[in-house]
Amino acid sequence: MKLQKMAVAGTLESSDIMVTIEPVPGDGIEIQLTSPVEKQFGERIRQVITATLEQMEVTGVCVTAVDKGALDCTIRARVRTAACRGAGQVQYPWGGRRV
Amino acid sequence: MKERLRRTMLYVPGNNPGMVKDAGIYGADSMMFDLEDSVSLEEKDAARFLVYEALTSLDLPDGEYLVRVNSLDSAYGREDLEAVVRTGRVAIRLPKTECAQDVLACEAEIARIERDCGIAVGTTPMMAAVESAAGVLNAREIAAATPRLMGIALGAEDYVADLKTSRSPDGIELQFARSMVLLAARAAGIDAIDTIYSDIHNEEGFRQEVRLIKQLGFDGKSIINPRQVNVVHEIYTPTEQEVLQARAVMEAMEEARRRGSGVASLHGKMVDRPVALRARRTLMLAGATGYGGGEDEVQWN
Repeated sequence: MKLQKMAVAGTLESSDIMVTIEPVPGDGIEIQLTSPVEKQFGERIRQVITATLEQMEVTGVCVTAVDKGALDCTIRARVRTAACRGAGQVQYPWGGRRV
Repeated sequence: MKERLRRTMLYVPGNNPGMVKDAGIYGADSMMFDLEDSVSLEEKDAARFLVYEALTSLDLPDGEYLVRVNSLDSAYGREDLEAVVRTGRVAIRLPKTECAQDVLACEAEIARIERDCGIAVGTTPMMAAVESAAGVLNAREIAAATPRLMGIALGAEDYVADLKTSRSPDGIELQFARSMVLLAARAAGIDAIDTIYSDIHNEEGFRQEVRLIKQLGFDGKSIINPRQVNVVHEIYTPTEQEVLQARAVMEAMEEARRRGSGVASLHGKMVDRPVALRARRTLMLAGATGYGGGEDEVQWN
């Protein structure tokens, strides 16, 4: 998935995470994270963000994430939303049965 | 289709992570993630991803889960179905159903997705909500449109706007619609779910409405706040006397069955199939609250 513009998803409400992504030169994934639970879960949050972007084949991206205690599923949802918005993609390849 | 209680169907705004993760902890019989009216147009994609991720990775408590998708006529409905049908764990609530063809169009889309992702065709249940004069008048054909339908619900907010009126405390403006939806459901052998009561601060008004719809025969009510769960369940819970009477009826019918008869006598009164059906429903409701009934007691047919 090719990012074309900056995009935002999520809110600053409790249990959510606001994810801002923007395309940057190169093929890296840079993450700037703010979280009240950064000491305990910062590494985990970064892993979830990275894995989600890799699964979507998004590279060359800078992510700014402001976490408010989001679960993994919320982090994945917000990253996917931001990436699709940034790529201008309105239909998502949902794939096969997940459960 | 498995028989289950649907006394409470709790709306959960699909783009609120806190509410989505806690949806199952309040004890409602059914939890309905909403992708439609509670989600702004700008956030439809975000809500869809959030509900999809929650359904596929959260360890949700036991219970029935539904997703209210956007209308298939909108720009979002088909993508909503693409996302949630393939999770294999929800029923689909179709909003603003006007005629049987709306149900069949949605069913065809669901079947296509089931085939695409290897789910047995026909396993995703559906529920239709009627929210307009046309929908209410067509309730009978809607309720009978497909065996996938497990229920039909009344959505009163749009309905009263369509009637050019507003909701009143006694609900007289909903009299016809409630009767129509209920009769359509019963004729089709599916559940009837009443509309929401939106004034969450008026508990007495809410209680009055729940008592009314229970007496009419509705299986349950759509609710918008967890604090409404216990009120509905309390009103739907049979009294101790009703439970004792229901047990006696079931025992009398079992005794009659052993004798090869379909009719029994209890305290000098005739007990037959309709009486037994009511007793069975009473024990099912009692069993849901751990109050007197139980699974063993509701197996009788």
